[in-house]
Amino acid sequence: MNFPSELKYTAEHEWLRLEGDHAIIGITEFAQKELGDIVFIDIPTIGTVVGDGAVFGSVEAVKTVSDLFMPLSGEVLAFNTALESSPELVNTDPYGKGWMVKVKLADTAAVSGLLSAADYQKLVGA
Amino acid sequence: MGNKAGEFIFVFLTSIKLMENTTSIITQVPLNDLHESLGAKMVPFAGFNMPVRYSSDLEEHHTIRNGVGVFDVSHMGEFRLKGPQALELIQLISSNDASILTNGKIQYSCMPNDKGGIVDDLLIYKIEDEEYLLVVNAGNIQKDWDWIVKNNSFEVEMTNESADWCLFAVQGPKAAEALQSLTATDLKVMEYYTFIIGEFANVSNIIISATGYTGAGGFEIYVPKAFALQVWNKIFEAGASYGIKPIGLGARDTLRLEMGYCLYGNDIDDTTSPLEAGLGWVTKLNKKCINYEYLLQQKENGVSKKLVGFTMIDRGIPRGHYEIQNEAGETIGTVTSGTQSPTLGIGIGMGYVHSAYAKVGSEIFILVRGKKLKAQVVKMPFVNRQV
Repeated sequence: MNFPSELKYTAEHEWLRLEGDHAIIGITEFAQKELGDIVFIDIPTIGTVVGDGAVFGSVEAVKTVSDLFMPLSGEVLAFNTALESSPELVNTDPYGKGWMVKVKLADTAAVSGLLSAADYQKLVGA
Repeated sequence: MGNKAGEFIFVFLTSIKLMENTTSIITQVPLNDLHESLGAKMVPFAGFNMPVRYSSDLEEHHTIRNGVGVFDVSHMGEFRLKGPQALELIQLISSNDASILTNGKIQYSCMPNDKGGIVDDLLIYKIEDEEYLLVVNAGNIQKDWDWIVKNNSFEVEMTNESADWCLFAVQGPKAAEALQSLTATDLKVMEYYTFIIGEFANVSNIIISATGYTGAGGFEIYVPKAFALQVWNKIFEAGASYGIKPIGLGARDTLRLEMGYCLYGNDIDDTTSPLEAGLGWVTKLNKKCINYEYLLQQKENGVSKKLVGFTMIDRGIPRGHYEIQNEAGETIGTVTSGTQSPTLGIGIGMGYVHSAYAKVGSEIFILVRGKKLKAQVVKMPFVNRQV
């Protein structure tokens, strides 16, 4: 299973890629595999500031629905609209075309507090 | 990401924790190792470790609708009832009229309890005069057994054969062709809800049953446990050129939901009446079963809530336990099963609503994670039955 080393991770199975003071956020390969086929992503928080650990949306698979938790405080700037018609991109390319939101972080330094790829891999035992 | 309530919540990360925290024993089906070697994700279901998905829920769903696939549902329970009064016992415990069964015929039925609810839903096979096979839900095997024993004042000989049989549901429009080389019986002409007992894949005493829980057509093959692997392999050899695939319980659930078939524990349980659940068609009050008076009264006076099917008008996916509201925002019911229909690509669900809202075409609202989304009561099945 793939856990790119340039990304940061959370115990709730989100990944974060820092790009300046913006962050791109999605769910991990492990998460998409556990969920199965993803059929709907709902992000009702675009344009709002979401606190660290708060819910910014949900991901619906065929068999279940899961909350999406914000890894770090920030304003949700944009949603990956490609997922509206092709939610399966989260399954096929979780770290690339399957990204979910772009966020303006309140404090980019806080990124260092997230899990490294190695830590996350250990956590999920993969 | 984190799991929220839903009937399949145990499928995911929490399943590991559930297994660790529970003291109950999880039983393996005889072909457990085979499923694991095929890459199945195994999850505890009804006390058994079951394959929930081999590759993709959606792919597996479409395989059954368009081709042929095999579910290992060996967790199901089988009871044999024998004796001059076997029919009398069955008529007492089940709501349908089993007296119309002839040898080789099968009937869907349910067992009412004495408090207005349902002990279980089941299939009744008439093997021969004075001999029947009852097929019950895995999670209810002990409860059903105790219930029938308690009501057996007829000296009917009962055998719990649940651990002796494996059950493979070979479903899909290509099932008959895919299996034909394994049996002398002409599968194409076998009528729905009939069965034969005979040789299949060079093994004798196999029950070939033209039944299923998918609406896609096909057969359920009851195999003595010792021959399970042999028969499974023969089925896959015979079906190879038809693209036969193993299918998990995840797809089984979306397939049955598209048909509007009830799942015990979700849509029906110890507290729901068969008449509320839309099982009036298997509740025949021309004979006296357990709780006959109550059911008769319900039939005459009507029921206050009904199980309905609905499709989402607004974008969203209903799930079990979500609240159902009317336009004014008053609670009128609860969702019992829901998913995004792989065939239709929209949210579909079943749930109990106050009878005033049960009419086809009624506008209802599903409270989906805080959002009130519009839905409409529809006639089930959601997808045309292929049998």
